[in-house]
Amino acid sequence: MTTSSSPPLVALDVPSTPTARRVRLGIADTAALTRRDLLIWLRNPAFIFFTIIQPVMFVLLFRYVFGGAIPVTGPYVDFLMPGIIAQSAAFASFGTAIALARQLQKGVIDRFRAMPMARSAVLLGRLVADTARLVVTLLVILGVGYAVGFRFNDGAVPALLMMVLGVAFGVTICTVSAYVGLAIKDEESVGSFGLVWLFPLTFVSSAFVPVTKMPGWLQAFAKNQPVTVVIDEMRNLALGGPLALHAWQSAVWLIGIAAVFIPLAVRAYRRAT
Amino acid sequence: MPSRGSRVQRWRKAAFTSSRRDDCVARAVTPLEIGASTVDDGRNTSGVDTASRSGAHPGNGRRAAAIGAQRRQGEWDGPAIYVEDVHKSFGEVRALRGVDLVVERGNVLGMLGPNGAGKTTAVKILTTLLRPDRGRALIEGRDVARSPAAVREIIGLAGQSTAIQEELTGRENLEIMGRLYHLDSETRHRRTGELLERFDLVEAADRATKGYSGGMQRRLDLALSLVAWPQVVFLDEPTSGLDPRSRLAMWDVIREMVASGTTLLLTTQYLEEADALADEIVVIDRGTVIAAGTSQELKSRIGGDVLEFDVVDRGRRDEAVAAMRGLSEADPLVDGETSRISLRVGADGSRALVETVRRLDALDIHTEGLGIRRPSLDDVFLALTGHGAEDEVTNGAKGRRRRRGAGRARARREEQGSRP
Repeated sequence: MTTSSSPPLVALDVPSTPTARRVRLGIADTAALTRRDLLIWLRNPAFIFFTIIQPVMFVLLFRYVFGGAIPVTGPYVDFLMPGIIAQSAAFASFGTAIALARQLQKGVIDRFRAMPMARSAVLLGRLVADTARLVVTLLVILGVGYAVGFRFNDGAVPALLMMVLGVAFGVTICTVSAYVGLAIKDEESVGSFGLVWLFPLTFVSSAFVPVTKMPGWLQAFAKNQPVTVVIDEMRNLALGGPLALHAWQSAVWLIGIAAVFIPLAVRAYRRAT
Repeated sequence: MPSRGSRVQRWRKAAFTSSRRDDCVARAVTPLEIGASTVDDGRNTSGVDTASRSGAHPGNGRRAAAIGAQRRQGEWDGPAIYVEDVHKSFGEVRALRGVDLVVERGNVLGMLGPNGAGKTTAVKILTTLLRPDRGRALIEGRDVARSPAAVREIIGLAGQSTAIQEELTGRENLEIMGRLYHLDSETRHRRTGELLERFDLVEAADRATKGYSGGMQRRLDLALSLVAWPQVVFLDEPTSGLDPRSRLAMWDVIREMVASGTTLLLTTQYLEEADALADEIVVIDRGTVIAAGTSQELKSRIGGDVLEFDVVDRGRRDEAVAAMRGLSEADPLVDGETSRISLRVGADGSRALVETVRRLDALDIHTEGLGIRRPSLDDVFLALTGHGAEDEVTNGAKGRRRRRGAGRARARREEQGSRP
């Protein structure tokens, strides 16, 4: 099996695939993986629990248990719903991190990487499937919200925009989770780590209580962090209020987060093995 | 289960009808291709008929990416796998220190070595998951570092990792794989059906795979890697963790796959597995190939019979080893795992047997399973890598000299032989 005696072999010169076809195949790959991820979601009772039942539980808990004790202007349920929609959107990203870490652990991602598949397809397919999942989850929560008394006060277009912003926020957080999942690589650690960063971020915000009720030092953080900015904008869209300031702040935050974490996630995917 | 013969025939037939035909119909045939296929057929000297060989080609004409790959294949008349002086380090750890391999088209190479020898690293480099630090590797002429996309078109990978999604059924797993290889829906359905049948998964096809047995999961996983008719398949420890019966079943499907002309590289820690499946074996240890050849060649390298036994009272094992010294030219070896003592005794087996009984009896050491047998790959492995696992580290350090292959192995054996 020594090769010294054989003549030197010259590798075949393989021309690169035209960009147009690469894009077309990449879209097909993404679609196939989206389909796969959604099928898995439908088959997995635990995922359905965490993405639908848990947020519904939160709505009911805050509406009937904590809500009465939290003073806000107007009905608490109106205050609550934009917050809980954003919080659920953020928590839904757990699924992204855990699923990616698990696939990495089992070697699924290795196998995908040894296939003639677009490099971005695994992450993109995941994000598209997560977006679909998010839309379903948020619609369910909204339905429950309506059943317990929530109403949009500012018309249909702002209402729609609020949901769109909620989904955009969730997808942005998914890019962070994708990076976390691929970087930590261990399903259980990813789960615990998710709690560590998502709980403070969503609870120390204007999601459930007015920020002004927090101690001063905490307010500084709570007022300026992205979750509050996004929730305030969603709330103003739902209930009526000034939109401009929070709108551009939200846009800057979401675009900024995505701009940092998408490349990080892609890099982690390339290196993961 | 139908007889092996009929299953193989079914395989070949399926490979013929499902891939070669479609190819010819669906593809625009260029003059270059015609020439290429003539060369291909003319080169077919491996004893496998042309129809079955074509089963190894990426079969679907609609799979646009494969068309280019196949046309270029005709230009390549070198070996299916060619590896030259490949090095790979992870920080301080030198996983591969200059590996050379050649596997001819349609052959099966068994890569044999203990845990941490570098087998998985080698497979990862050949399947484009890792880039070599130095050296080069060609799969059907495509450089794994420079044209990884072209390599991925023609390879299949299965083994330690799994591509199975356990929430989905076997059929769904295969269908999704077909989508990812861009097969059109008709081809996808047909291929899924074929593979389910061939891997004995028809009955379980529509059950969630999390309920599959270990053996079924491995078979499905192998099927997943074959969806797009890969020309070269890599199996990284395909039967590790399987019970003996599932392992034999797995061997059967691997043999069938090989019968259709696929080039296969298989890594294993099981010596009998390499013996059973591989045309050629390379023994890899500490990141280098320390021996290569057919199973027969490796066995003959050891020469002669092997005498072996267990000591009933393990505490007296060392005494027994000491008593055996000088009985033949070789030194007695102890298997680290089983404590079984073995000694290469050359042609004069019976004299050695009598002498062993005499010596041990004099010391009142009781034995179990004392006998003489033909050398197995285990013996080859022990002789090449030193001892069993327990001595591996010290022995490896000693063996680290600037010799390669047989030379280095011989050096090691001499070292052992001359030890006091």
